[in-house]
Amino acid sequence: MRAIGYIAVNVFKESVRDKVLYNLVFFAVLLIGISFLLGQLTAGQDIKVIKDLGLAAISVFGLFISVFIGIGLVSKEVDRRSIYSLLSKPISRQQFIIGKYVGLVLTLLVNVSVMTLAYYVVLGGMAWVAGGWFLPAWEAPAVDPALLKAVAMIFLQLMMITALALLFSTFSSPILSAALTFGLYIAGHFNADLHHFDTVVASKPAGWLAKVLYYLLPNLSPLDIKAQVVHAIPVPAGYLLLNTAYALVYVTALLMGATAIFMRRDFK
Amino acid sequence: MTDRRRPLVFIVALLVAAVLLQLARERLYAQDLPAADDLLYVRSEAVIQRTALSYDAVLGDAYWIRTLQYFGRGRLHPDGSHFVLLYPLLDLTTSLDPKFIVAYRFGAIFLTEPYPDGAGRPDLAVKLLQKGIATNPSRWELFHDVGFIYYWHLHDYKNAASWFDRGAEMPGAPWWLRTYAAVMLTRGGDRQASRFMWQNILRSATNSWLKQSAERRLAQLDALDQIDQLTQIVGAFNRRSAKPAETWNDLVSAGILRGTPLDPAGTPYELIPVVGHVELSAESPLFPLPTEPLPGQPPALR
Repeated sequence: MRAIGYIAVNVFKESVRDKVLYNLVFFAVLLIGISFLLGQLTAGQDIKVIKDLGLAAISVFGLFISVFIGIGLVSKEVDRRSIYSLLSKPISRQQFIIGKYVGLVLTLLVNVSVMTLAYYVVLGGMAWVAGGWFLPAWEAPAVDPALLKAVAMIFLQLMMITALALLFSTFSSPILSAALTFGLYIAGHFNADLHHFDTVVASKPAGWLAKVLYYLLPNLSPLDIKAQVVHAIPVPAGYLLLNTAYALVYVTALLMGATAIFMRRDFK
Repeated sequence: MTDRRRPLVFIVALLVAAVLLQLARERLYAQDLPAADDLLYVRSEAVIQRTALSYDAVLGDAYWIRTLQYFGRGRLHPDGSHFVLLYPLLDLTTSLDPKFIVAYRFGAIFLTEPYPDGAGRPDLAVKLLQKGIATNPSRWELFHDVGFIYYWHLHDYKNAASWFDRGAEMPGAPWWLRTYAAVMLTRGGDRQASRFMWQNILRSATNSWLKQSAERRLAQLDALDQIDQLTQIVGAFNRRSAKPAETWNDLVSAGILRGTPLDPAGTPYELIPVVGHVELSAESPLFPLPTEPLPGQPPALR
């Protein structure tokens, strides 16, 4: 456990050294800058637009961090040959993979938390300028705690994407890993098509294959509740719990896969 | 200057030079610059929904902002295009964010108003609102807006009453929606009924643009009342005097009016000599006044 902690903290420190946290400045400037411009452009919908934009930005920034750091987590150590000295220490390969994953998730957690804080500060500022926390023109309060549900679901998506990137990082080059991770990220939003594939093809096996792929590929679209939260549509707690359980189970499976592949690799 | 600062100074100087060159090009070859055409690259809602991945709501916002810019620019500089892209833009906005109620409601207003204040297409406005009702079946505001278009723009009181009635069934619908339905069936295009509706819209408006629009409509209704009164005054003067009134001064000199009558926006009314008609000036911010149905005319002919 301690070994996992050391590796995780190292990954976090390395990402700080790599100036990953600079994206937080970008995020804050983007939100504050756009909130100043929006008043004249949205016909009174500036709070709604900032809510949409903030959640989308948290998701996009997180996605890029997950993919571009995740794909280098293992391959970088191999390329730098630091893997040899690492594995010669009393660290198992499982601990190495899990530590790397936990480290990146920790980086993401810090990023997402700070972005969420900045997001609420901007929304609070806009509400203060508008002269109320919940004006009749808005569907929900400006500083709406329900937005945290969407942020939590984004974080779960990022956890899944990080695990995918790490899995690919254990056996392929960074470029190929990035392409595969982005490919699965996109496929993860088209899953509904696979689910209903049997209604558009005559071939039964093709329909079955699509069904299998639907259940096998990461299904990211149910974790996207941004629009519901912004429009103050209630999201049942049971739905959130099932999504959380699904994401955690899927992440565990991916990490086990990554470990299994990494165990078989020969570094001699 | 230290060696470390020298490159920075060069970079800033080069950027300034680039800006100056751009300015020179724009000044010297202003006519050759291609005009920014109003283009809509993607028209298929299915394609845009798919390519948006999980960013459909934020893309919907981008299309909403584009719609407002397109509409605002067209109103400021009418080019006779009759806002041909307005409906496709609103259609894409609402396909990307089907719960964006404001886009349906404002979009319907933009589509309904006669050109150049809008696209002059109440049929498309009804289509947009019906799309909104399909995805938001319990929002009484959308039923209200369809009813209002049938009432105000299409003068189809039977249909208007039906939509107001359906809206009144929705949860949270205000009591006066049921009254609208009754008023439509009994009094149709009555000016008092219009005033009642616009006052309600003014009271419930959550947006300054909608508030201004309702205030303008109420001022137009006041202007219609004043025009009726002035027409009666001019008619009575013409019947009494040997020479019909040619200017407002004739009535002022006779002591009938205290001065040139002004509409609620402060622009003088126009007196059409000989016939004795009173009209709103084309210079008035209230111009043009809404058309009123002739009494006793069946809705189909209006």
